[in-house]
Amino acid sequence: MCLAIPARLVEYVDDERQYGKVELGGVRRQVNTSLLIGDDSAEPGDYVLVHVGFALSAISEAEAQETLRILEEMGPAYTDEVQQIRQSEAMEVELVGPDYRTRAPT
Amino acid sequence: MKFADEFRDADLARSLGARITAEAGAKHWKIMEVCGGHTHTIFKYGIEDLLPSNVELVHGPGCPVCVIPMGRLDDGIALARDHDVIFTCFGDLMRVPGSDGSLLDAKAAGADVRMVYSPLDSLKIARENPDKQVVFYAIGFETTAPSTALTLLRARAEGLRNFFVFCNHVTIIPPMKAILDSPDLRLDGFLGPGHVSTVVGVRPYEFVTRTYGKPVVVVGFEPLDILQGVHMVIRQVLEGRCEVENQYTRVVHDDGNPKALEVLAKVFKLRPHFEWRGLGFISQSALELNDDFADFDAERVFTVPGIRVADPKSCQCGEVLKGVLKPWECKVFGTACTPETPIGTCMVSSEGACAAYYNFGRFSRARDRERVLTKGEAEPVAVTPIAVRAG
Repeated sequence: MCLAIPARLVEYVDDERQYGKVELGGVRRQVNTSLLIGDDSAEPGDYVLVHVGFALSAISEAEAQETLRILEEMGPAYTDEVQQIRQSEAMEVELVGPDYRTRAPT
Repeated sequence: MKFADEFRDADLARSLGARITAEAGAKHWKIMEVCGGHTHTIFKYGIEDLLPSNVELVHGPGCPVCVIPMGRLDDGIALARDHDVIFTCFGDLMRVPGSDGSLLDAKAAGADVRMVYSPLDSLKIARENPDKQVVFYAIGFETTAPSTALTLLRARAEGLRNFFVFCNHVTIIPPMKAILDSPDLRLDGFLGPGHVSTVVGVRPYEFVTRTYGKPVVVVGFEPLDILQGVHMVIRQVLEGRCEVENQYTRVVHDDGNPKALEVLAKVFKLRPHFEWRGLGFISQSALELNDDFADFDAERVFTVPGIRVADPKSCQCGEVLKGVLKPWECKVFGTACTPETPIGTCMVSSEGACAAYYNFGRFSRARDRERVLTKGEAEPVAVTPIAVRAG
């Protein structure tokens, strides 16, 4: 629950309700983007840290890739979180990649 | 490519470890990592194996599931069981034992308990079930509290009348102060929490340096971050400095996230006091809903027992959370208390020190080290061999 996972911001969807679409772990889903202002502003294509459905801060792509690599090595703590995101009911979730459990090791 | 990276990292980690060994000298260092995420990384990657035996990492109280006292959990279970509500919470909480079963047991007995990934999921359930009352059991430090705050602001903007929050959000500074005031533990410095600091920034830790004279280094969650943090703490002490340093500048800004702080102030106020597992009552250490949000406050709308419940006698989570006891020194660790059948919270959450020890099998090595450190002054701790799960 405490994990913050890097995700790529795809687009801003709803300015009034402050939602954007991000891609992470083979899933495209909406997250709340209210906190992405000031030092943490992000443009589509940038990476953000996502925590319980909210984009918490903007991060660099290098940082995002490195963190994702470490998270994947972490095993269940990460995969459980991604599984919960996949099952999350709040906002439309599109599956755009294979489930991490069926993906061949890279 | 991945292997090349790993090799480079391993190499870097080893050379950092060697530098720490050289600079640490003969002094016995005790450095507390406050955050459960750090504890998880430390055991997963065997960071302690890269450190000399006289540099000890002490695991702190920064796991939000672990610090919830049993009475507050019983309140949640009572809410789910005794009221006609849809009760929602994060998955980590479902298996935590209350004094009479867990939320999972309440669900099995017929209560409508649902696991959610985000408070926004709870809000959606409320929107879709206007004839039902939906309760979200909120937990977490400052990393998570803004999410609850923004969800409540959304609920109010939409005019939802059937969404309620049972607030158990806690703040990181007061328990650090409680630990510093405790006579049980002598620390040389802190590794400050990375993600909490994305919200609060690094300035709130200044009292640790000013009042207590202990360095704080805010660090990230990767193995190299933690090693670098340890090195920075030792460096400060050796150079006679005492500062709040930010190792995690690539994510943490010194002022935190002003928008997150603004919504926290709008929705929450500090509770006069709140009970922490192991640390007891700490004043102004937790958040409750502002009077403006009284209609959304499950504690004011529903009747809950609100009874303080002592931990089971055999459970020593409190001592583990204070860093006074190592997980394997607990009488029930790995025998009566395992991740499958947890007695205490530290064994339930993957960020709890006990679960991390258990899952990654580091406890045996750490135990050996303890024997070396005590040089036979104390009897070796008896540990019943257990099957170690693959990490």
